[in-house]
Amino acid sequence: MQPLLKVEGLKKSFGGVAALRDGRLELQAGSVHALCGGNGAGKSTFLSILMGIQQRDGGTIWRRGRQVHYSNPAEALASGIAIIEQELSPVPHMTVAENIYLGREPSGRFGGIDFKKMNRDAQQLLDRLEFGIRATQTMMTLSVAQMQLVEIAKAFSHEAEVIFMDEPTSAIGEKEAQHLFAAVARLKAEGKGVVYVSHRLSEIFQIADSYTVFRDGGYVGSGLLADIDRPGLIKMIVGRELGEEYIKTNDPTDEIGLEVSGLTLPGKIEDISFSVRKGEIFGIYGLMGSGRTEIFNCLFGLDRPSHGSIRLEGEQITVAKPADAMANGIAFVTEDRKVSGLNLADSVRGNICLASLPEMSPRFVMKGRDEAAASAEMIARFGIKAARDTMPVSGLSGGNQQKVVLGKWFLRQPRLLLLDEPTRGVDVGAKREIYRIICDFTAAGGTVVMISSEIDEVLGMSDRILVMRQGKSAGIHDRRATDAQSLVHLST
Amino acid sequence: MSNIENNSSRSWFSAENRGTLVQEYGIFLAFLLLAVILSFSNEYFLTPGNISNVLLQTSINGVLAIGMTFVILTRGIDLSVGSVVALAGMVSASFATTSATAGVAGAPYPFFVALAIGILVGVACGIIVGFIVSRFAVPAFVATLGMLSAARGMTLIYGGGKPVPALTPEFRWIGTGNILGIPMPVILLGIVFLASWWILTRTRFGRYIYAVGGNPHAAKTSGINVTRIRFLVYVISGGLSGLAGMMLSARTGSALPQAGIAYELDAIAAVVIGGTSLSGGVGRVTGTLIGALIIGVMNNGLDLMGIQSYYQQVLKGALIVGAVMLDQKRNQGL
Repeated sequence: MQPLLKVEGLKKSFGGVAALRDGRLELQAGSVHALCGGNGAGKSTFLSILMGIQQRDGGTIWRRGRQVHYSNPAEALASGIAIIEQELSPVPHMTVAENIYLGREPSGRFGGIDFKKMNRDAQQLLDRLEFGIRATQTMMTLSVAQMQLVEIAKAFSHEAEVIFMDEPTSAIGEKEAQHLFAAVARLKAEGKGVVYVSHRLSEIFQIADSYTVFRDGGYVGSGLLADIDRPGLIKMIVGRELGEEYIKTNDPTDEIGLEVSGLTLPGKIEDISFSVRKGEIFGIYGLMGSGRTEIFNCLFGLDRPSHGSIRLEGEQITVAKPADAMANGIAFVTEDRKVSGLNLADSVRGNICLASLPEMSPRFVMKGRDEAAASAEMIARFGIKAARDTMPVSGLSGGNQQKVVLGKWFLRQPRLLLLDEPTRGVDVGAKREIYRIICDFTAAGGTVVMISSEIDEVLGMSDRILVMRQGKSAGIHDRRATDAQSLVHLST
Repeated sequence: MSNIENNSSRSWFSAENRGTLVQEYGIFLAFLLLAVILSFSNEYFLTPGNISNVLLQTSINGVLAIGMTFVILTRGIDLSVGSVVALAGMVSASFATTSATAGVAGAPYPFFVALAIGILVGVACGIIVGFIVSRFAVPAFVATLGMLSAARGMTLIYGGGKPVPALTPEFRWIGTGNILGIPMPVILLGIVFLASWWILTRTRFGRYIYAVGGNPHAAKTSGINVTRIRFLVYVISGGLSGLAGMMLSARTGSALPQAGIAYELDAIAAVVIGGTSLSGGVGRVTGTLIGALIIGVMNNGLDLMGIQSYYQQVLKGALIVGAVMLDQKRNQGL
């Protein structure tokens, strides 16, 4: 049988720099194909050429055995290729049906829109896919995961045969991810081909049949997932043996670093108590909206808890605003570096110095030399790959951006590190470097609390794990006494 | 460390880098080009008298545009500057007039009293706007649109709709005097420019402004008091509008209730032509100064060529849109 999509020797350069040297892929009908590779491996360029967003410099694309060329996204869509992007862009105030049929609404009398037909068609589609979404809901009332399902429905309504999914689970929780996987399984059963891009290897092994690995802009290998194990796939992605995926070298002391008792934020979290020892990595696991991020917001002065006390190394502290938390030696690496971690308009140096400006301007005037020295120190310490530290931080890869955020906080020499999804959207190699940084910090006596929705990461890195469910604690568990299944069970 | 070296050789030729070069010098080159064309097409253009004239005409808009730069850098906008110019000009003039009917009791006061009052009026307007924008999360467009109307109304109420004539020579000196041959308004613009440049590039406060404009969430989680910074930029813009109002009254010798109408548009134009992004966090006060000079030189040059002022407005409009189109193209990574 002809493959749905076959690509060979795809090439693309930007200003003399090859982003993609040799992109290859073969997608069969009724299969899920994982496209793997670190940040900068060329996956994004590959996808954007297939979507007609960028034009190739060389190579051939066959769609059902016929050579094709797409000069814009509409042509790609017309030939049955749809993409579910990492960052969704719905029209929030419109209904689900309006979003699905955006730009091709069925016309009614007098050139208006036949809303009745549109809503009926959309509902039929959603029901057939068993998504449990009403077509007349406005988009803004949906969760991120539901929006992705709407995107899938939209791809379906375009009668797409090839569906690209770019990091679809990066913004959703474990339970919602399972819904998404069920939808992917349904696509497969309908004979569609799905190209699934993700950094999360456990997902790939769960839902994909075959894989293709890119590294440094070139094809490395492909095959059936049944024929390869996890370490083998990692080795292909990073090009060397990584050894253990999770580095855990910390050794908790007996001293209490952080003690939280009775923390309550009405409507969000209720009576949360836990204590973390110095040198310990304390994990928090829970679904989106379970109140996990609110715990950090209260500790860092972004939310005002109605009850509860915080003790840092035995000393009671009050935190009314982030500056108070920072003065007490608390650092907060937020969930989404682009939304609340980095000033993307600024340079690498500017971002590293962002949380230390008063310290670098004792008499109001900035000490340029201190800024340059601090930035150079953090770049060297964390191996941040940047051409110059005056280049815009937006030009760095995800892993390096995350290291800039870490550098910003380590510059303040914190006692307590709050990490909210520290490795989201970061490739396997950079993940390990970040784990190394966390472990070094605890080895020096630091206290770490880490939120993660990646269950392997929570189990691999934490000493103990607090499970959050609907704003309440569902118990604190030792890593050796629990497993992935029971964590998922407790959190839902 | 080897990575750093590797990358630098590669990205030196990158599009991003060329974009930076355009950003750094593009506006300055455009200005020079305009000046060269004008100096060839008209022998009067480069005479000291005309240069001084251009600078004089640019000074009020320059001061307003610099204040506007602070606001726009934090993702805001200040539509009220023209009305605040009129109000501050009117109130300060009433302290510096020799007219028995138009002045306040005891007028004329020494010019520095009138000067202080004018700046205070501007600062007060800025405090009101800044408070509304920063504390009540009212969009800056709306809050300053309100002040645009309210300050104009207050000007009319305060002066009874009539001008304040006969200002004292000392007060007029800030608009018409000179030091070593340099007109006072130009000196004031120079002082305002240098102080703003220093604040924005060298101080903690300047870094805060860029951070708040670039990403308010990240600024907040980095311990920056976003509310206070947002408040202060409107106070700065208000104070500078007050100063500009007095420069205008002093130059014309009387304060008019309809002074400063549509001045906000020229100020915004100068900021935008100068390369400051309306989405905040990117821009520099040097660009704004050159933007204001471009507008001044263009008006002057077209005057010298005997082109009707109506055409000047059309050209200015095209210039503003063209500058932003270039900016957009640059932001898309070329």
